[in-house]
Amino acid sequence: MSSQDIPEENLPEEQEHAHGAVGVADEKNPFADPGLPPHEHRVQDIDERAAKRSERAVAFLFTLSMLATVGFIASYVTIPHDRAIYVFPVGHVNALNFALGLTLGVALFTIGAGAVHWARTLMSDVEVADERHPIEAPPEVRQQVHADFKLGAKESALGRRKLIRNTMLGALTLVPLSGLVLLRDLGPLPGTKLRHTLWAKGKLLVNMNTNEPLRPADVAVGSLTFAKPEGLEEHDEEFQTEIAKAALMIVRIQPDNIKDKRELEWSHEGIVAYSKICTHVGCPISLYEQQTHHVLCPCHQSTFDLADGARVIFGPAGHALPQLRIGVNDAGYLEALGDFDEPVGPAFWERG
Amino acid sequence: MKKLSARRRHPLAAVVVLLLALACTGGLYVLFAPTDKAAADETAQSLAIDEGKKLYAVGCASCHGTGGQGSSDGPSLVGVGAAAVDFQVGTGRMPAQQPGAQIPKKKNIYTQAEIDQLAAYISSLGAGPSVPTDAQYGPEGADIAKGGELFRTNCAQCHNFTGKGGALTHGKYAPDLEGVNPKHIYEAMQTGPQNMPSFPDSTLSEQNKQDIIAYLDAVNGDDTESPGGLELGGLGPVSEGLFAWIFGLGALIAVAVWVAARTAKAKKS
Repeated sequence: MSSQDIPEENLPEEQEHAHGAVGVADEKNPFADPGLPPHEHRVQDIDERAAKRSERAVAFLFTLSMLATVGFIASYVTIPHDRAIYVFPVGHVNALNFALGLTLGVALFTIGAGAVHWARTLMSDVEVADERHPIEAPPEVRQQVHADFKLGAKESALGRRKLIRNTMLGALTLVPLSGLVLLRDLGPLPGTKLRHTLWAKGKLLVNMNTNEPLRPADVAVGSLTFAKPEGLEEHDEEFQTEIAKAALMIVRIQPDNIKDKRELEWSHEGIVAYSKICTHVGCPISLYEQQTHHVLCPCHQSTFDLADGARVIFGPAGHALPQLRIGVNDAGYLEALGDFDEPVGPAFWERG
Repeated sequence: MKKLSARRRHPLAAVVVLLLALACTGGLYVLFAPTDKAAADETAQSLAIDEGKKLYAVGCASCHGTGGQGSSDGPSLVGVGAAAVDFQVGTGRMPAQQPGAQIPKKKNIYTQAEIDQLAAYISSLGAGPSVPTDAQYGPEGADIAKGGELFRTNCAQCHNFTGKGGALTHGKYAPDLEGVNPKHIYEAMQTGPQNMPSFPDSTLSEQNKQDIIAYLDAVNGDDTESPGGLELGGLGPVSEGLFAWIFGLGALIAVAVWVAARTAKAKKS
């Protein structure tokens, strides 16, 4: 595409002059239309050998694409799915994935590159001016259309046969209703589901790790434990739905260090149980710092102070984390003394 | 026996009886005396405590107080146990270079023997978790899949799904767990160093801890092969997205500019 390999006699002596609507600037019209700049020829327009070379290059790219597609199919058939290879600088990769990606990438890229090269070097590149004209139709055409329309209305007898007209309007009005009815599938409304969790009076706090009910002695100061309500097992159909609301984070704080009076009252000897669901958008939140008693949400950095009623001390969350009131049953296990007294998780319109 | 009784008045009889009596007493002493080993252990233990106390006075007392009672610069060490000492000193975190949001890991300048002496002294102040044995954190009998589940429940929120670490508040962070000695991982779970909560055996059993360590070794060990190739720090969608936006789109823009910048026109020059 550079001009160095073109025979001298093939280069144009002089570029063509400007073309298109050209005006001449004079005193009346200082900003006359200069027209389009002169058209410059490409090497391929002048030199047939260069054009041939371009043609071969485009054909080569398209052929490469075909070969890559064949390679894609061959890789899919021959490479076992568990073989790993080392590719610099990517490191160890799955051989099949790498081969499929590479061949498909080459196949698509060479089609694009071939098309671009074709358009740039061989397709006509003559500048074309498209003059803009008013789009309004001539008056006689418009009159004809109006007359045709009136004739059609008269022949269909819509104005005269009112029964047909009215039933047709009715039918057209009702049809969209079927789409409207399908919107019902967006529901049903959650009802009171957002306000209740599985926690209830007497439900034991079960350790997520061991699946055993927790005793106060198990929970050391500075430790972090996750609990679920008794009776909820991981293989239950409703497990994800329920744990998304009921997940608990249990920490033990020296009772002297608890600043919030209600928190202390709802704890058992400094053991406090808080909802693990962030009140901002519901991320599981458990980045607990045991020296500061702060809990950080990994999604938007809302920070809660577990020693002060889990109030929000930073970030976008709007509510303190709900606390679950806990106690100890006769057998010495930690139990809930009821459900959360407020909805867990993010706020919603009717939350109040 | 007649002969023996006949010689009872022999001038050497007294000597023989004395020798026999001595042998008897000696034998009985050997039989009934408390074993030397225990005595030696006790001595060694109290020696270690003494040595540890000296090391403590040099390296630790300025912040943790002369008797481990703590001060405004450092928490009390009563009851933290040998495991905490082994972790903090063994990873070089203690003695701390300077106060700050979080004491970073650095080169450990103590020998294991010195760390053990320090640990002996600290555990003499109050009972606490002891240093785990190889059997507790070794890979034998560990369930990697269960470990992964436990890791994602208990640890991943701070340390990332494959233990690459992550940021916390006010300059604190959860460190990268790659290449950390399994013993230190075990001790960290047991004792909860700095702002990390502890996971005592009562809530995360010994077996659970072993599973977690085995999982970390499987996803983050020396022999771990990442089938995905370029890991980009293993931090998940953030670094991968950034890479795609900057390098992927950047390359596309560069190609577009290159295509458009090169004219196909023939110029007489």
